[in-house]
Amino acid sequence: MTRWIEACAVDDVEREDVVAVVDGDRVYAVYRSEDDEFFATAGHCTHGRAPLCEGLVMDGVIECPRHNGRFDFRTGRALGAPVLVDLATYPVVVRDGRVHVDVDG
Amino acid sequence: MSPPRRRRLALYRLTGPAGPFAVAAGLAEGDWYRSPVPRTRLKELMRRSDGPALRDTALWVGLAVAAAAGGVALWGSWGALPCLLVYGVLYGSASDSRWHEMGHGTAFRTRWLDEAVYQVASFCMMREPTVWRWQHARHHSDTLVVGRDAEIVAMRPARLARILLNLVGLVDVPLALRLLVVHASGRLTAEERTFVPAEEARKVVRTSRIWLAIYLAVIGAAVASGSWIPVVLVGGPRLYGASLFVVYALTQHAGLGENVLDHRLNTRTVLMNPVHRFLYLNMNYHTEHHMFPLVPYHRLPALHEEVKGDLPAPYPSMWAAYRELVPAVLRQLRDPSHFVERALPPTAAPYHGPVEGLLPDRLMTEPVPA
Repeated sequence: MTRWIEACAVDDVEREDVVAVVDGDRVYAVYRSEDDEFFATAGHCTHGRAPLCEGLVMDGVIECPRHNGRFDFRTGRALGAPVLVDLATYPVVVRDGRVHVDVDG
Repeated sequence: MSPPRRRRLALYRLTGPAGPFAVAAGLAEGDWYRSPVPRTRLKELMRRSDGPALRDTALWVGLAVAAAAGGVALWGSWGALPCLLVYGVLYGSASDSRWHEMGHGTAFRTRWLDEAVYQVASFCMMREPTVWRWQHARHHSDTLVVGRDAEIVAMRPARLARILLNLVGLVDVPLALRLLVVHASGRLTAEERTFVPAEEARKVVRTSRIWLAIYLAVIGAAVASGSWIPVVLVGGPRLYGASLFVVYALTQHAGLGENVLDHRLNTRTVLMNPVHRFLYLNMNYHTEHHMFPLVPYHRLPALHEEVKGDLPAPYPSMWAAYRELVPAVLRQLRDPSHFVERALPPTAAPYHGPVEGLLPDRLMTEPVPA
């Protein structure tokens, strides 16, 4: 099953950065990598529930703003303490300058 | 110690009733205040680089090796004393800030460098790296939240004898050695199990067994050689070189607010000279660090400039901080509800969340596990 949402415009996200996208009561994090690819994950850290949109994006990694927990935002993989549980990831397509996320993907 | 005093100190245990109270009151993993910093500027401040930490680590290791070499070369003469004092401070005090910054993983851009220095500094400070990583994450979630934060140095009332003895590691070191044996035997304490996930326990056991082997080898070398030198160089500095780290650490939070959700109420920023800032790796900008733990230590002075209009004025010196914290801690011996509330500048946002953050009286009568 798929449910695509129009998350944001391409220009809403700077390179090597992240923005929060709210859909109903759920929050997602949409990333733009250094080489201009887009990715989407759950919006909060799996450890302390901090909002990832306030974190640091660098070298394919999102770092949580509260405890420095690190995830590979392309795969959602948790990269070690204090984060042990992977992030949920979601398929992304870019069409006509808009970023779409399959939030049921 | 009087029963009410003992009773109140027991509330700081992570297995006592103050923890569930903090969770119910929304103080655990709380909604902490952060001073406004534009995202573009914050991204610049968070950016990593290897240069400053490579320089400071090379200086730290280089000075330590030179001081140790001097101490060994001059062993048996008075000339060894200053060398070993320098070595002791670099090992037993400066390692604290290396443990801290590398534990956050912000000092270097290259991850393995952070991790390597973290392991060395943890060993020097006798802090099991996995336990202390999780403990420090809790300290950031729940800074000075009673029953949740295991890193509260000056409780209310403060255990003054313990603090003074720790100037030469006389409480911390025996405790660390006891924990080393507990961990090496495959166990974690009940308090540690409240914040270390079960799947991390294996790492704790492995590291502790390696450390135990190292310490046994050091003792063996001392006995075999009939010399104190191995112990003076490994392990010993955690005793004779620890005082400066205790002096620094007390400035962070002692005498300030408990059970609050605004680091401006429970954390100090103290201006220090370049020597102290090298030894302490800018941890003196502690309010800024707690608000923005992603900012590497070498950019904390710039972050301070960015947010200082929203913070209480920094203390101009350690002396100024101690002039405030010593009377506050002494008064808390008689009145645990006392704390220092700093004035905010007119440009600052008002304090966020509870300012007094006092514990309810009922916690003084509920049972506390042994």
